[in-house]
Amino acid sequence: MGGRVTQPRMDRDIPPARHGRGRVALLIGLLLMIPLAALAASAATSVSPDLEDRVREIASELRCVVCQNLSVADSPSELAKEMRNLVRELVQQGKGREEIQAYFQSRYGDFILLEPAKRGFNLLVWCLPFVALLVGACGVYLAARRWTERREEAKPVVDPVYAERVRRELREREGSGRS
Amino acid sequence: MSWKKALIPLACVPVIILLAYGFRSDPRAIPSPLLQKAAPNFRLAVFDGEDMMLDSLKGKPVVLNFWASWCYPACYEEAPLLESAWRKYKEQGLIMVGVAIQDKEANIREFMRRFNFTFPNGPDPGSKISIDYGVYGVPETFFIDRQGRIAYKHVGVLTPALMEVKLQAILRGN
Repeated sequence: MGGRVTQPRMDRDIPPARHGRGRVALLIGLLLMIPLAALAASAATSVSPDLEDRVREIASELRCVVCQNLSVADSPSELAKEMRNLVRELVQQGKGREEIQAYFQSRYGDFILLEPAKRGFNLLVWCLPFVALLVGACGVYLAARRWTERREEAKPVVDPVYAERVRRELREREGSGRS
Repeated sequence: MSWKKALIPLACVPVIILLAYGFRSDPRAIPSPLLQKAAPNFRLAVFDGEDMMLDSLKGKPVVLNFWASWCYPACYEEAPLLESAWRKYKEQGLIMVGVAIQDKEANIREFMRRFNFTFPNGPDPGSKISIDYGVYGVPETFFIDRQGRIAYKHVGVLTPALMEVKLQAILRGN
């Protein structure tokens, strides 16, 4: 630090304009250069939207370690901000999603992943809802079958002799009613 | 008792196991995958001193403490213990390093002055070192053995007894 700084010698590099026309041309040239310089400056400072999308995509899969149920992408905390900056830096270095996730996992363990890895004990989280659904469906099916069976069992059994007598009396009543 | 009646208490067993697992673990604690692994190297711009690199300290036991002046009261309670441990064991080769995170230089210097810190301390711009060590709060302390492995990590304020035990372990080299 603190080395020599060489300033460009403008008076030597640009020959002085001797005539009025030359001055006008120089002025026009300089004016034309202003938008070009502004364009170059904005290109150098602006952040590519693709890069930001990629950073957001990766950061949204990482858990903010100092928040409650917030991703690194959504958290306003200072640490999450620094993590986003680090993700951006790693993406700029050409690191992929898996590599970046693996880096954070190697520092914070599986906790850093908002979506738990599908292995080991974590498999329970993925399988248990489906197992519970299956067991529940089986339970409902068995219960429904038992209820229908009971209903059939509960049907009153009519003695065929009485049934025949009821039918006969009904016929007789209908016959007497017509006459 | 028929097998159908036994089914109800049996179904409760996995639920009880799951609850026991859940209640046994501290939901706020993040277990570090770095334990017993090589401590990540870092370069720390030490205040009023030369840059320090962990790799250059191989063969020496290191206590790496993450703190902040805004971390009140935890860091304020722990600071005198760090300084006294450093003074007690520096002759035996102990290296104590402080990393101030997400802090302003003036506040860091004020904190160091207040607790008469004589061991090297430096800032962590961009929280690079903190993230590399999986730090999620302050104070956090890492005990690094002579082989450069993280022997123990403590989250929160260290007690004098725990500090002594863990220091002895890394000083002995086991």
